[in-house]
Amino acid sequence: MAAIAGTKSSLTWAVQLSTIALVLLWVFPTLGLLVSSFRTVDQINSSGWWASLTAAEQNVVFRSADPGENRVAEGADGATFVVSGNVFGEEASDTTISVWGTSSRAIDTYQAGETADLGDGETITLQANGDYEWRGNDEQLSGRGQRMFATITAPPDFTLDNYEQVLLSGDSTDGMTKAFFNTLTVTIPATIIPIVVAAFAAYALAWMDFPGRALLIAMVVALLVVPLQLALIPLLRLHLGIGIGKGYLGVWLAHTGFGLPLAIYLLRNYMVGLPKDIIENAKVDGATDFQIFTKIILPLSFPALASFAIFQFLWTWNDLLVAKVFLIDATGETTVMTNQIVELLGTRGGNWEILATAAFVSIAVPLVVFFAMQKYLVRGLLAGSVK
Amino acid sequence: MASLLLKDVAKSYGKVEVLKNIDLDIKTGELIVFVGPSGCGKSTLLRMIAGLESITGGEFQIDGERMNEVPPSKRGIAMVFQSYALYPHMTVYDNMSFALKIAKMPKDEIDQRVQKAANILQLGEYLERLPKALSGGQRQRVAIGRSIVRDPKVYLFDEPLSNLDAALRVDTRIEIAQLKEDMPNSTMIYVTHDQVEAMTLATRIVVLNNITHTIGQVGTPLELYEKPRNTFVAQFIGSPKMNLLSAKIVSGGPSTTIKLDHGEQVTLPIDSGDASPGDTVSFGIRPEDFVVAQEGDPVIYSGEALFSEKLGEVTVVYLKPAAPGEPSIIAKIPGIAHVKKGDALNLTGVIDKMHLFNAAGDSFLYQ
Repeated sequence: MAAIAGTKSSLTWAVQLSTIALVLLWVFPTLGLLVSSFRTVDQINSSGWWASLTAAEQNVVFRSADPGENRVAEGADGATFVVSGNVFGEEASDTTISVWGTSSRAIDTYQAGETADLGDGETITLQANGDYEWRGNDEQLSGRGQRMFATITAPPDFTLDNYEQVLLSGDSTDGMTKAFFNTLTVTIPATIIPIVVAAFAAYALAWMDFPGRALLIAMVVALLVVPLQLALIPLLRLHLGIGIGKGYLGVWLAHTGFGLPLAIYLLRNYMVGLPKDIIENAKVDGATDFQIFTKIILPLSFPALASFAIFQFLWTWNDLLVAKVFLIDATGETTVMTNQIVELLGTRGGNWEILATAAFVSIAVPLVVFFAMQKYLVRGLLAGSVK
Repeated sequence: MASLLLKDVAKSYGKVEVLKNIDLDIKTGELIVFVGPSGCGKSTLLRMIAGLESITGGEFQIDGERMNEVPPSKRGIAMVFQSYALYPHMTVYDNMSFALKIAKMPKDEIDQRVQKAANILQLGEYLERLPKALSGGQRQRVAIGRSIVRDPKVYLFDEPLSNLDAALRVDTRIEIAQLKEDMPNSTMIYVTHDQVEAMTLATRIVVLNNITHTIGQVGTPLELYEKPRNTFVAQFIGSPKMNLLSAKIVSGGPSTTIKLDHGEQVTLPIDSGDASPGDTVSFGIRPEDFVVAQEGDPVIYSGEALFSEKLGEVTVVYLKPAAPGEPSIIAKIPGIAHVKKGDALNLTGVIDKMHLFNAAGDSFLYQ
């Protein structure tokens, strides 16, 4: 029993290892999604996202320029012709060629810079930077351009095309813009309404004396364990029955209702822990219950409000079920991002670059919200109040 | 500017009585201190006066008006909490002006009052700080300042110094005493368990009894010290506490002669009242009233030194009785007395500073 306090638990290493494992478990897929969303469909198909971060080797086929239009007569007799150019096109590029060949069966026959003898005096030279020279007589340099098979080392190459496609194209199947704003329209009121209602309820349950208070708290706790699926159909029938129907109002009300038990429970437990003296002092100072709530309790409860806001925001942002039941109708005008991604899976199931981009667009906002607000989760606002 | 009257006030939680028969008449300008052991209900009584606890019996008046059902904010009181209860998210200025803003006072007047209180309490340079940037003593002064700006009829202090360290406690105690002097017309009620605070600050002290849940005695500090009404007050006021020895009355009259159960006869200048010879009484003597007996002095206590504490100006001696059956006692001998463990001591006392209580524990002085 000696010195329990002050000694490190022998399980510290287990905690640290678990933390590291959890961090890796979340960071890797997210990073992969982010990287994939900046790659082209060809890159995704030819290599994994981790390979794109460094220069990658790949095998490519080039074809020289068309000899009919581009050949230039050379030499005094005019019988030799040359076609020259760069396999990578006009722009300078960091891509380099290591080995190459003229047949698909042996693509590593020559080093870069070597000259390949194609027989009867026809030669072709390919430099590491992509410059080529193809020489031969009139007959040899005709028809289609000469093929060259090369192994190239390309630097990391990323594109914003996917984002352009998903965000700016306005394409109704790929576009996420409308769904993005629809999701915001659902999420912001569905976060604010339950917080406001729950804050009032939590203050009453924590600090106002009235008969039945303990019973109400017990009921709130009991509601925490009721799965929301239980209420979907009755609630939808109610909405249809009283004329709300499917729409934003319905989904706001549903999210509010499903979020309230946890909100009231969290906020009430936080508020009940605020120093009683402060509230009594405010009463002696002449503040009404409403003034105590707005001027004392709300500012002091900010960490709890912020942490619940994060929970509720993430939950409504990522929600598919409630939106499908209470919001999305046959017109599809009110589709949300989660639903849009589900539809993309059906229509663009093979296009990973579009799916990755859409997915990253949908998690970007929750990430921003979390990192912007996470300091409130840990900040102690009560320092200095009581000794 | 207010007088308070408590008439037979009582407090009970269900069937548990925590206070009963509280009669108290507090005049304008008094500083009343509630003292008592833990659990005697002194803080509860203060909170009843503040309106934070309901009054379950009797009547409480401020300036002749019944206050039992009046909410705290309408009683004209200001309270300083033990924990200070500063609003942590507001600056010192906002803390001090909160009540005035609630009362919708004009901005100029709020500012004037806050500046004035800040000057009195030397808080001027801290007005824009948050409470967490202040030291304990400064927080305490903000809490006091917050009540000063409201200019209340009654100031209530709930153990305001108990969170401060010893040196700061003395300083703040003196500041509160000066504050009281500067505001001679304000009525203050102060709860503490510290006797020194009670003795130095109080106009009158109210001693609450934690056994009977009633008031033990109300009086000036010296009254309580010199003429305690009962053994509870006698033993609560003064440190170390008064020694009580059992005795029997030998003869009564304007002066009473008693025979100590384990000592000699002593004649005290106390009227025996309706007590008759043979009655059992308690004989009380404070540690500081003991004198080492010379030849011929009546010996009140003879014992053997167990332990002595030399404090410089006084030596505190713990004695165990020579004869079994008597209690152990504590005596204070002026100056440095070289008493070793096992030394036999015969003690007598200063005759006119002794106390006599009947079997029920009530003093003969008040019969």
